[in-house]
Order: sequence, then C-alpha cells, then structure tokens
Amino acid sequence: MAYEGRGDHGKTEHFRAAVLPYLDDVYTLARYLLRNATDAEDAAQECYLRAFRHFETFRGGPIKPWLLAILRNVCRAEYARRGALLGLVANNLDEAEDATEGLWNEAQQSPEAETLHRLDSETMQRLIAQLPDAFREAIVLREINDLSYREIADVTAVPVGTVMSRLARARLLLRTAWLTEVKKP
Amino acid sequence: MTCEEAEVMLHALIDDELDAGHAREVEAHVAQCERCAAQLAAYRDLHQAVQGGNLRYAAPASLRRSIDRAVPSLVMTNRRTLLKGFALGGVVSAAAAASITLVIVGADRDKRILGEAISAHLRSLQADHLTDVLSSDQHTVKPWFNGRIDLAPPIIDLTAEGFTLIGGRLDFIDGKPVAAIVYRRRVHVINLFVAQGMGPALPAPKVESVQGFNILRWSDQGLNLLAVSDLNPDELEEFGTKFEQASRSTHAG
Repeated sequence: MAYEGRGDHGKTEHFRAAVLPYLDDVYTLARYLLRNATDAEDAAQECYLRAFRHFETFRGGPIKPWLLAILRNVCRAEYARRGALLGLVANNLDEAEDATEGLWNEAQQSPEAETLHRLDSETMQRLIAQLPDAFREAIVLREINDLSYREIADVTAVPVGTVMSRLARARLLLRTAWLTEVKKP
Repeated sequence: MTCEEAEVMLHALIDDELDAGHAREVEAHVAQCERCAAQLAAYRDLHQAVQGGNLRYAAPASLRRSIDRAVPSLVMTNRRTLLKGFALGGVVSAAAAASITLVIVGADRDKRILGEAISAHLRSLQADHLTDVLSSDQHTVKPWFNGRIDLAPPIIDLTAEGFTLIGGRLDFIDGKPVAAIVYRRRVHVINLFVAQGMGPALPAPKVESVQGFNILRWSDQGLNLLAVSDLNPDELEEFGTKFEQASRSTHAG
C-alpha cells in the first residue's frame, strides 16, 4: 500500500489527503439521512473513525463511494438506536416502494412540463428531507453527492435497476411536493 | 421503445448514464410522444433546480477540527489492525501466485471447449431451457449457485449499460459443471460461462468467430470467462469491457 514503509506519519497524511476533502459530502448525506444537525455531526465523526480503522482494506478506486457506504452503515445503526428495529426499517422501504405505484401512474396521466418557480434552498432541503428513506437516499446520492448509478448501487447494496426505479420515484415525489409548495396560497 | 421503458430511461438520459445508442432510442421516442416529452422537460427542470439549488450542507469547522485532531491519536490504537492487514496480505499473495500458474492446454482440448460452449449456447436457445433461475436481480441469481457449483460466479447487473441480466443456469462444458449467466442485448442472447480451468488463462479479452458465433474469452481472479452470442464482435467486446469495469468496482467497494 502507498503508505507502507513511511510509518505512522505516512499513513496519517495519506488518510488526511485522501478522505478529508470529502467531509462536506459525508456531512451533507448525514444531514439528509438523519434529518438532525447534532446526529449528523456524530455520524460523520464515527464514519471517519471507522474509515481510518478500515483504511488498510480500501483497495483503490473512487474513495467517495467507499466513504459514503461507511456513513450509510453508521446512519442505519443510528436508525436502530432510535428504536426502529432493522426489520421494521427494511419493511418500510418495501412498503414505500409499493405505496408510490399509484402516484406514479397518476402523474403519467397529467404531466406538468412547465418550468416551476424556483424555491429557496431551505425549502428545497425540507422537501427532500420529507421523502421516504429509500428515495431520499437515492436522490441525494445522485443529485447532491454526484455519484453514478453504479456507485449508488454499491453504496446502497441494491441492483442498478432498483437505483433507477427509486430515482424515478424520488423525482416524481419531489416534483409533486414542489408543485404543491408553489401552488400554496 | 414503449412509454413504460422510456419513463425510467429518461432519468438515465438526464443523468448522462446512457450510451449513445440508447440515448438516441430515448430521444427518438420522446420526439414522437408528447406525454414522455412533457415528463422529460419536467424532470430536467427538477434536476436543474436541485443541482443548481445549493442544497449541500457545509460541515461545521468544529467538526473538521475534531476529526483532524483525532487522526494522529488513532494511529496507536490501530497498530494491531495494521499488522493483521499485513498477515492477510501474505495469504492474498500466495493465492495470487497460485492463480498465475498457467494452465497449458492442448490445441485440441481448446477447440473442444469452444465447440461445447457453442453447443451449450444453442441448447439453451432451442430447448426452452435458457435459465434455471429467472431473475434480473444479481442478489437472487448469485446465491442460487451456492451448493450447485464449486465457485462463486461474478453476477453483475449491467442493465444501465444496455445488457439485461435474465438469469442463470447450470451447464456442462468439457465434462465439468459451469455457471451460465444469461444476458440479453435487444434480441440477442449472451451466455456467459464461468468456470475454473476452462481453457488457458488469458490476461486480455479476445474475440473469435467460431461457426458463425462470436466468442469472447478472458480470465479474472483465477476464473475463466467465456461469452457466446450471435451479437456482433464490437458489442460483445463492449459487454466484456463493461463487465470487467463493473467487476473491478465491485471488488474495490
């Protein structure tokens, strides 16, 4: 590995240079997944601790998806701590996918092509934060963390086909929420 | 392309995840379908609003400082892990050395393998026995092979690259069980056979034409991979490249 023979100092510097530039990405994903600033800070810190511990096992390739996969595991542990059993989380994801089926068809019947009035950042952040877990995660990884479909599939441990359908539904739900927001009296 | 397909694919178009051929297909559909054109415009608008909306959060300076400070003190507690890492490295090196021991195969045996691969491909198309496990989900196909064959074949979902995973099947080549992974490109079926010691180790993929079929062969991690199809050589090579890229990124993750 690159830092072998350079001792502890070499490893520390290598780690710093490789992963610290992604702190904003890690923190941003943590904010969206946990919807709470304090928990997001804790999760980011835990993520870097684990990343350092497992840095030897990193086998090259893009480091951002590797780091975000660790963060996602930390966040899932946090969901569990909050009282949601892992089984319940998994069920919720499945139900969420089924529940959007109707909406999906509905929107196909009445497409809205118009360019919508732009909302301020905080409102958009709030609308994204309200999306169900699986869809929120997919759209944040794609649009905000700028990952490819393949990288999102690896981070979230689902097939690329599932990433594509989740993203399609995430955008439908977000577009619908946005439409509702701009039409508020 | 149907509207149903276009509605998912238009997102891949927006995200720049389609190759030129598929992008043209989606654009051609959108050009003659008002409803899908409206969808594309709406989602493009959304994509631009989200990407340009400054929706990232900046990590607080205190968080950055505390992580930065914690890194050197982590080194001491991780010495043991580091040593374990080196020990593991030794095992990996031995395995790598074993896998580069070249299998020398006679020309006759090699010809027989190619012939049998084509026969297996033809059987799979004729006998309505393309797959034993029918699924486009790699996490369903992969475990199916557990206990049926003495290796863990790499099952990779290449849907976004235009090669749809159809499923898997157990087949026999050169008297030995092999994993057959089935993909489809448009109307063309690709049988990807995976086995150990099925022909020589090939560092780089190689396309050959045998009995009117194209065969792409390569080796990876001690496994021999052999793809048979009536697909043209260029697209079959593209399949090999995409498969290897995805396989490498899976190992890296």
